[in-house]
Amino acid sequence: MDIQLTINDISLTVPAGMSILDAARTINIDIPTLCYLNLHEMRLNNHIASCRVCVVEVEGRRNLAPACSTPVFDGMVVKTDTQRAILGRRTMVELLLSDHPKSCLTCPKNLDCDLQALAADLGVRNITYEGEESEFSIDKSSLAIIRDPNKCIRCRRCETMCNDVQTVGVYSAVGRGFETVVKTAFDLPLHDTSCTFCGQCVAVCPTGALMELDQVDKVWKALNDPTRYVIVETAPAVRVALGEGFGLEPGTIVTGKMVAALRRLGFDRVFDTEFGADVTIMEEATELIHRIEHGGRLPILTSCCPAWVKFFEHQFPDLLDIPSTCKSPHQMLGVLSKSYYAETYGIDPQKITVVSIMPCIAKKYEAARPELGQDPVTPDVDIVITTRELSRMIREAGIHFDLLKEEDFDHPLGESTGAAVVFGTTGGVIEAALRTAYEWLTGKPLENVEFEPLRGMDGIKEAVIPIGERDFRIAVTHGLGNARTILEKIQSGESHYDAIEIMACPGGCIGGGGQPYHHGNLEILEARANAIYQEDRSKPLRKSHENPAVLKLYQDYIGEPYGEKAHQLLHTSFTKRPKI
Amino acid sequence: MCNNPLLKDPYQQLDDYIDSIPYKKENLILILHRAQEIFGYLPDKVQWHIAQKLDLPSAKIYGVVSFYSFFTMKPRGKHVANVCMGTACFVRGSEKLQKEVESQLGIKTGQTTEDQLFSLDSVRCIGACGLAPVMTVDGKVHGRLETTADIKQALAKYRPEGTPEEAKGSNSNI
Repeated sequence: MDIQLTINDISLTVPAGMSILDAARTINIDIPTLCYLNLHEMRLNNHIASCRVCVVEVEGRRNLAPACSTPVFDGMVVKTDTQRAILGRRTMVELLLSDHPKSCLTCPKNLDCDLQALAADLGVRNITYEGEESEFSIDKSSLAIIRDPNKCIRCRRCETMCNDVQTVGVYSAVGRGFETVVKTAFDLPLHDTSCTFCGQCVAVCPTGALMELDQVDKVWKALNDPTRYVIVETAPAVRVALGEGFGLEPGTIVTGKMVAALRRLGFDRVFDTEFGADVTIMEEATELIHRIEHGGRLPILTSCCPAWVKFFEHQFPDLLDIPSTCKSPHQMLGVLSKSYYAETYGIDPQKITVVSIMPCIAKKYEAARPELGQDPVTPDVDIVITTRELSRMIREAGIHFDLLKEEDFDHPLGESTGAAVVFGTTGGVIEAALRTAYEWLTGKPLENVEFEPLRGMDGIKEAVIPIGERDFRIAVTHGLGNARTILEKIQSGESHYDAIEIMACPGGCIGGGGQPYHHGNLEILEARANAIYQEDRSKPLRKSHENPAVLKLYQDYIGEPYGEKAHQLLHTSFTKRPKI
Repeated sequence: MCNNPLLKDPYQQLDDYIDSIPYKKENLILILHRAQEIFGYLPDKVQWHIAQKLDLPSAKIYGVVSFYSFFTMKPRGKHVANVCMGTACFVRGSEKLQKEVESQLGIKTGQTTEDQLFSLDSVRCIGACGLAPVMTVDGKVHGRLETTADIKQALAKYRPEGTPEEAKGSNSNI
């Protein structure tokens, strides 16, 4: 049913039950918000009206109404731009700032902070409220996420993301009144909880209360140490998002400029995680075929995503035998840099530092997992920085990113195919695996390499793909809540699949916790996904098993895919962990 | 299997209770009340146990426990004293009463004495305004606590006989 109301003297008709905020947006009136966040495609709707920044005047109502959570009614008269409403909003921001550190200049969220932007937009010039300020200790326990509850504005977006979308449930509002703050269970350090370090809480935090562990200075140190041979590798999703940090349109492909910038920064070799992705497909497709031929357990689950890996270790410890044992692509590239590349070119692996540029925060944690290295002092990957951190490094070095001439990755670990590019978005890993598995199982060339049913932003995608005599039942999910739904169906025996791709972040790696902030605009993720597919189409080779550098690696060094040396270098194991 | 509830493992008692009720997740607060009855308080371990049993995130349980002042995460003393801070008691000097009780017990409000004999808390109104200022101990109301001796006397009833604190205090006003 539709109702009629007026907003700022403009008459409009909208469906009953709509919020004032959404109604105003239909006529291009923007009401500022802070705690409110509606990411419809991710099924995240945070409208707890805790910040009161979106208040407006409603005729006949004594107090100001929060626009985000007040439904419209027939005959309603709303004013969003009266002096009372504007001063009301400014007062709310002043009150928030009265219990917020005034250290914007040194805050890692400086210039990317929603609270800071609001203070600027709403003309806050002084904070007239003086009083007690919260004093919480900063949680630096984890290897991926830093929590500074002093900067928390109790919007609880992180809690909604972690509970409703990811179903991990690490956070809860704790205490009451002024003491209330978002904490972990029993105030445990984040490292000791079931946190997957997916970083989606960081992606939606409006302030600097949740940030990635900053490792830029570690990279600078390695680059400035003449005894270190510093190798960098970049994930597929980085090249379609990095440009945003320099004012380029979302979805701009900046692969060549990124490589040029990395060389300017002083890396000795610029390699591509996509080479690791092609190797991953060689291993994973062989593992799938091995399981089919030897009656192994199906479905096989992808294991490229470290947040997903940690999720099933905590939440489904009885299913540890179904994920693929393949290491993730950047770990594969790391170990190959320190073995194959080092041996081929006569470099002491102990002198190599591998730096991964990732769209992901969990990769920081993953790189530090003790089993992901040849020995305790030689981890596969030494340092992981996010897309955001790389963008800062480029600015720190004074490089004019948009003026850089495009350059190519170094040989041989910089060679890749289109199959490796699509790893960066949801559906890509399984699509890449199918391109190879199809040809290996049928012995025939695959004409159409694009698997449309596996693409797009639907939370759970299913398809039956005929390969030779056999129908392959495939599922693709992104977002850990969707992953949980699928896994529960496997546990109960309700669903049967042959292969499932799971990525922790909604949209896959393009929506990773380490990407430039989307500030609630999910069209950015679609633009990045489109860029990924465009990059795939532009590649002369689009199947991992056709990558000549990868074939040479197997011929000269690894031997058979899924063979003994492959197991030693490219495969890993999983650990049962408690649910906290 | 032993049916005597006194001899039953407290976790077993709690599980039996949870198993006996329908709509478990919806009845979290009820379950927490029962758990506090059984254990005396709600330590992390008990909260975690409930989280596993109900398949709820531990953080959610912790959030609920921390919100309601009735729930306590610290062991309680044998006797629980509550000073009323309601309006009537407040104007009759309950703030001073609270300070004096704190000093006699040697703890702050919200804490428990080292010998685990007393826990001290505050409540809002208990409806005994005519006796203001009042303190309850284990639910029993002690009214018109206006001198240090009044308070000493009230507390002495809960101390084992022969302890030094039982000695008479002065009649000076608090």
